[in-house]
Amino acid sequence: MKYTDSKDHAELSEQFNRDEARVDWHDKTLWFIREKRDKAAWQILEWEQLRETASQIKNNVLSNLHSYLLQFEKNAQQNGVTVHWASTPEEHNELVLSIIQKHGVANIVKSKSMLTEECHLNEYLSKQGIDVVDTDLGERIVQLAGEPPSHIVLPCIHWKKEEIGELFHQHLGTPKGNADPQFLTAAAREHLRQRFMTSKVAITGVNFGVAETGEVVVCTNEGNADLGVQLAEVHIACMGIEKIIPLRKHLGVFLRLLARSATGQPITTYSSHFNKPREGQEMHIILVDNGRSERLGSADFRNALKCIRCGACFNTCPVYRRSGGHSYHTAVAGPIGSILAPGLDMKKNADLPFASTLCGSCSNVCPVKIDIHDQLYKWRQVIVQNGNVSTTKKVGMKSMSFILSNPGVYKVSGAVGRWVIKHFPFIVNNKFNPWYKQREMPKAPEQSFGEWYSKNRKP
Amino acid sequence: MSSREKILGMVQKNQPQGNSLPEIITSNSVEQNLVERFSSILTSIGGEVVEAKDWNTIAAYITQHFQTSKRIGSTIPQLSDVAGIIDFNNDPHLLEDVDLTILQGHFGVAENGAIWITENQMGDRALPFITQQLVLVISKNEIVPTLHQAYERIGNSKYNFGTFIAGPSKTADIEQSLVLGAHGPKSLVVFLLED
Repeated sequence: MKYTDSKDHAELSEQFNRDEARVDWHDKTLWFIREKRDKAAWQILEWEQLRETASQIKNNVLSNLHSYLLQFEKNAQQNGVTVHWASTPEEHNELVLSIIQKHGVANIVKSKSMLTEECHLNEYLSKQGIDVVDTDLGERIVQLAGEPPSHIVLPCIHWKKEEIGELFHQHLGTPKGNADPQFLTAAAREHLRQRFMTSKVAITGVNFGVAETGEVVVCTNEGNADLGVQLAEVHIACMGIEKIIPLRKHLGVFLRLLARSATGQPITTYSSHFNKPREGQEMHIILVDNGRSERLGSADFRNALKCIRCGACFNTCPVYRRSGGHSYHTAVAGPIGSILAPGLDMKKNADLPFASTLCGSCSNVCPVKIDIHDQLYKWRQVIVQNGNVSTTKKVGMKSMSFILSNPGVYKVSGAVGRWVIKHFPFIVNNKFNPWYKQREMPKAPEQSFGEWYSKNRKP
Repeated sequence: MSSREKILGMVQKNQPQGNSLPEIITSNSVEQNLVERFSSILTSIGGEVVEAKDWNTIAAYITQHFQTSKRIGSTIPQLSDVAGIIDFNNDPHLLEDVDLTILQGHFGVAENGAIWITENQMGDRALPFITQQLVLVISKNEIVPTLHQAYERIGNSKYNFGTFIAGPSKTADIEQSLVLGAHGPKSLVVFLLED
């Protein structure tokens, strides 16, 4: 599903913020998951050491990616897997389509893959007459609703159960008014079982590709990736080139971190290691670049390639929790999405690095220690230097810079500001002032600190 | 130029220098009471743990707790009295009506309640996922503290397909309410078999 809206993060957040009770609910739900993450992490005495090790392994991957990719390709081929390379999303989508068409299939199943979201695969395939069913429950819900996921791990975290009950009533024929999660999950299980039984092609994402062995590891709680693949004649695994790890034993480090960081679980229910296709089955791996190799050359921004897509930075982010995933208008939302998206299209995503308070909580929970908030700050500078900010922001920043670098002007404008707020509050307390939204403006103090100090200074 | 050459060329040109691989510190948050630890974690994620003296105890438990009139899939000869071994003819679709599956795993992991199982133990790769209920058997002595030891144990062994299974299939996608039995088994019983 593609975002066609041209509104920016601030405008889309404003829409989300109209329902205050819902914002509170969204905020609390995600914070609850952040707390579960903390509890899980604190049970591991060597947690910080584990993060550091994971970070160093990923640094090593970035500096040896060329040889690891070749090693991975060679080993996967020896395992009987066909390896494809795609520079662009278009090329990835065409490759997937050609494999599907070779088998003359019109219905396929897909388990969760943020890469295929990034490439807008579903939209492309449906235009070609292929019916793709997302089999992760959360993804199926947003797919039925015609929406993109709002969170990389919890795709329908913004949906209430009553709304899901209504959606299922319309699409799956469940009784009207039934919003029991147990009942709705059972209904989805029945509905999707039929699709599993009849789909000859299954697409999955990839959590880790091991250079040493050529195997790919896919993690789910529902078992949907496994059920899809094991019942299909063709398995297509789509992965970004940065998903490579050097050795099998490194999975021990990453699997200890992944689910604990994501949802506070000790591990996902299934961590499946696909080496060779099952007897009579075809297996394909598509390695996708889409700007990753270019980003690798940027010392400031290459660290974002270390991401293992756990979503911990989403759950902790005060802006994400209160603005919702759709306000980021990109496949990967949240803090990590805000540093990935400008690399893909700076102009279109120029607003995202500003959708942050730079509090740094994202960097603190990141299991591979990506300097997310530093990168947000650096992107802002790149974006301004390239002229990709609004005139309001540009003029505002220029005048602030003029005021703050001239002590005389600073003094006078401070005094004028205090006087205006005191005597004509409506000049600032109105909807034209962006700082007035969802805020009370402060009461103006009688005097500035400078004035107070010169009055009270002891001789 | 092919995309492969293009991507590899860019990667080679752009990858930074240095950064050697770190040592993995296999320190043990959970060194003691592995059985207890394994059992309590697995129970907390929706599984059930039963300690069994021998195969007869397991057979008796299965007869008592499951409807053995329904279709059972097993690969374990010691349980052939209660669970007939299915003829696996490489069409996983024929396994759709399997109600209960009983398989042996390699070993368990104390820190997360996971069990490592590979294709040669599954009969058919689809079986542990398509079955409505799953029973796994491991030896009580075969529990390692963490995933680090798990991968040491797996080493460079060859398997076509292998998976860690930790608990029954589950989802919390609807308002974070935990529901067991998303697409895979709705329940998981693990037998810890004494030697």
